Amino acid sequence: MPEKTSPEASRSTVAVAAGGAAELTEATVKKADQNKPRSLGQDAWRELRRSPLFWISSVLLLLFIVMAIAPGVFTDADPRQADLRGHYLSPPNWSHLFQADWFGYNQQGQSVYARTVHGARASIIVGICVTVAVTVFGGLVGMLAGYFGGWLDTLLSRITDIFFGIPLLLGGLVTLQAFTHRTVWTVVLGLTLFGWMQIARVMRGAVITQKEADFVTAARALGAGTGRILFRHILPNALGPVIVVATIALGGYISTEATLSYLGIGLQDPVISWGVDISDAQKNLRDAPHTLLVPATFLSLTVLAFILLGDAVRDALDPKLR
Amino acid sequence: MTTTTEKTGRVPEPRAGDASGTPLLEVRDLHVEFHTRDGVAKAVNGVNYSVNAGETLAVLGESGSGKSVTAQAIMGILDMPPGKIPQGEILFKGQDMLKMSAEERRKIRGSKIAMIFQDALSSLNPVLSVGYQLGEMFRVHQGLSKKDAKAKAVELMDRVRIPAAKQRVGDYPHQFSGGMRQRIMIAMALALEPDLIIADEPTTALDVTVQAQVMDLLAELQREFNMGLILITHDLGVVADVADKIAVMYAGRIVETAPVKELYARPAHPYTRGLLDSIPRLDQKGQELYAIKGLPPNLLRIPAGCAFNPRCPRAEDLCRTESPALHAVTERDGTALPGRGSACHFWKETIHG
Amino acid sequence: MADSAKNDKAVAADADTDVTPNVSEVEVSEASTTAEVEAVLDAPVERGEPILQVRNLVKHFPLTQGILFKKQIGAVKAVDGVSFDLYQGETLGIVGESGCGKSTVAKLLMMLETATSGEIFYKGQDITKLSGRALKAVRRNIQMVFQDPYTSLNPRMTVGDIIGEPFEIHPEAAPKGDRRQRVRELLDVVGLNPEYINRYPHQFSGGQRQRIGIARGLALNPEVIICDEPVSALDVSVQAQVVNLMEKLQDEFNLSYIFIAHDLSIVRHISDRVGVMYLGKMAEIGSDSEIYDHPTHPYTQALLSAVPVPDPAASAARDRIILTGDVPSPANPPSGCRFRTRCWKAQDKCAEEVPLLAVPEVFAGRKTPAAHESACHFAEERQVVPAA
Repeated sequence: MPEKTSPEASRSTVAVAAGGAAELTEATVKKADQNKPRSLGQDAWRELRRSPLFWISSVLLLLFIVMAIAPGVFTDADPRQADLRGHYLSPPNWSHLFQADWFGYNQQGQSVYARTVHGARASIIVGICVTVAVTVFGGLVGMLAGYFGGWLDTLLSRITDIFFGIPLLLGGLVTLQAFTHRTVWTVVLGLTLFGWMQIARVMRGAVITQKEADFVTAARALGAGTGRILFRHILPNALGPVIVVATIALGGYISTEATLSYLGIGLQDPVISWGVDISDAQKNLRDAPHTLLVPATFLSLTVLAFILLGDAVRDALDPKLR
Repeated sequence: MTTTTEKTGRVPEPRAGDASGTPLLEVRDLHVEFHTRDGVAKAVNGVNYSVNAGETLAVLGESGSGKSVTAQAIMGILDMPPGKIPQGEILFKGQDMLKMSAEERRKIRGSKIAMIFQDALSSLNPVLSVGYQLGEMFRVHQGLSKKDAKAKAVELMDRVRIPAAKQRVGDYPHQFSGGMRQRIMIAMALALEPDLIIADEPTTALDVTVQAQVMDLLAELQREFNMGLILITHDLGVVADVADKIAVMYAGRIVETAPVKELYARPAHPYTRGLLDSIPRLDQKGQELYAIKGLPPNLLRIPAGCAFNPRCPRAEDLCRTESPALHAVTERDGTALPGRGSACHFWKETIHG
Repeated sequence: MADSAKNDKAVAADADTDVTPNVSEVEVSEASTTAEVEAVLDAPVERGEPILQVRNLVKHFPLTQGILFKKQIGAVKAVDGVSFDLYQGETLGIVGESGCGKSTVAKLLMMLETATSGEIFYKGQDITKLSGRALKAVRRNIQMVFQDPYTSLNPRMTVGDIIGEPFEIHPEAAPKGDRRQRVRELLDVVGLNPEYINRYPHQFSGGQRQRIGIARGLALNPEVIICDEPVSALDVSVQAQVVNLMEKLQDEFNLSYIFIAHDLSIVRHISDRVGVMYLGKMAEIGSDSEIYDHPTHPYTQALLSAVPVPDPAASAARDRIILTGDVPSPANPPSGCRFRTRCWKAQDKCAEEVPLLAVPEVFAGRKTPAAHESACHFAEERQVVPAA
């Protein structure tokens, strides 16, 4: 994307303090728009803007997020209204775009379209909240282990290893079993408890790499304290890989929530969720496959969108391209 | 093959090649560019040079001068894409390697032309023993048995004077010091007795006392096998001792060529002169160092005319518009100086003051 | 007070410890409270008086085995008894090959590593014993320029934030409102356009980045700057610019430099005095002419003779000494003189007795440039660099 050369960029020389050790010619500046400050984040954004993957995933995600915040935009139909008389397992009417019978009705005579639109909220909330919680908790563990090292690192790393031994699904299953009344928040807790280890490992590795960097030594030589070194110097540089891993993992949390709900141990009625709908639909798979396919398609599209976004972000942050 | 003088004004060779007069390796009007997201970086812009058997050519330049890219193009190890060779010929014993099939090039690489890299540690495989890696050359190219290959490996290690070669043949790269690892790299390059060795900054990563050992070894082996040697370096000091002739590169072009002694005594290009003046001397304590002003050019936007003009103390309007050809350099009275050339509009003023 | 110069305790404990009988005695300050220490640290030093005095500095990095229960199985003797003085306003060059401990000395002087033993006196105050506010005051006065301009600047911070960071860490150095202006001035001083203040490091070339690093080092008006290979990562044509800038700044701000490098030519150019290190010890130290024109230690002679000279005529006339073998491991250095395994003069005495860093007896009392400190039992003058 060519940007106009600003008048300053064409200024050929830069005055140098007395002594005349050097005269720096602007002929050597890297780009026409060099005069503008460009942070690495802005560079990554420039890179991101050119990526079709980024645009596809962003549009999809935007769609699902609007769906989660304001389902009314997509449908007027009540997802809980059951009309067994007229609509028992009736098939989709593909031509009735955005209407209650677009994707037909389920066993209880509820609009599949309306339920799927309303189901987005639970999935997206679970996905985002688990990711935030996992990033904060796992990030903290990884940062402490990586920065302080020694016995603290040994202790935290071993605890991480122990948790790594427990599959996310199994952990979530066992935890949620303990609750008789399960909401979105119990699911978030269950998944966070067994999902933070990967972030902790990635963060630990990134912090250890950055800790050895010369600019960190330079800050120490200036007398900077631990807080400044950690939050001003190490964290901003260690965050890149963590963000990528977190974005990709977000999709995984959404599908785990659906799996738990499908197994009947995740969200329960009256919460509407894709997992609950998929679980209900299995009984009628042969007579009414649409009741299963529609929520399942939405679920996989959401998961895919987050994974694609993670990929695009990783490519944009990859310093090898620069 | 006769050397025709083209627009770029190729300079006659100081030494004859083999009987037929064909140089061992000749690079003609080579161009290399890299397509990046910011545009096309022109790394090499019309390089001409040649090496004869038994001769050492030093290619001198700073980072981004295109000296290593040229070598990679010769070896055929350039990453393509993003690299591209839009123009030029690389003649090995008169045959254009750029027109050969991948299989033909692979046969030449290693057995006829070998390369030594700067960083020996990352060029050796850390999980294989040194003996195995040395022997691999013989197993692959000559089909020797494991045992014979190992014996050959020991012989090679002896030849590059690695002490206790027999005991150390099973050691892994990390068990050797930097200087020893570079010797192993040299042994590897020598394994199939190539006709030409390209050494890319072979001693830059080494300490001075070890540097001298490695350079001496390289020079001695070159004499012994009558190989051609292309020595790529940024260090004017290293070159002085071993090279026969020098090509100085700047922004992807050769700006000056000369037999080694003459280059130091009488540089004919302002860039070479500036470089020589800007190095502090070991034998005297100077006052302020001469510094070439400015910075090396960005290959995405090489200045118009002579690429060196924004940094040149001698630059005039002509230099900003017209790119100078490599002029043959002569004495004041017109006597030819064989092998000398300067890509400067004002080479006469530069060399004769 | 005077006897603290010789660290008797350490000598008794470890026969390997270098004793340097003829370094000047340290006038140890008697400040005890933090306020007194700060006053000592801020007091001016006359030109030519010692400002930094290093005595028997030792740094051993333990080699451990095991993951959970670490067991020490040895130590890398990176710095093993080094003593020298830095005088106000001078440049002391420290040269040596990789692994000789010169970079560890820099880290120790910057208090980035904790010394195993030994003292570092800054204006008579042993800074290895300081902590808290007093240590912060020392950091204000001793700053560092790093080798790699690509890794020593935080890529996520603007140039203004990088050069301004010293003021945030030491708020007393500049009032808040003035800081931006100070940063602009510093950019101007190092030859960069003050308008570049909002740019990020990756928008600059290596030489320009090194100038930014120098500006950061200058921000707090330090008295001593430790330069660890400040130009070795730069292109030849840019090296000269940075070396000239550093010399100009030294005059302008009355700085004392410790200039650590492996490039002997640059060290000679910039230094008033030069110390040669080998395997954690100082082999020879003296004025630039004493070391380069009248070296008496065989290692210095070999080192100098190996430097490639960009002049084929001078190069041919040179007396070249090619050493055999490699530098031994600092984890297991040779007994006696550390250089003996590569030295052509080595005799039994060299394996048994550690040579002290002192003016060799043959030259003692004589008025000759060869009469400078050299840690060799068989020191003799040998000219290896032909006079220009």
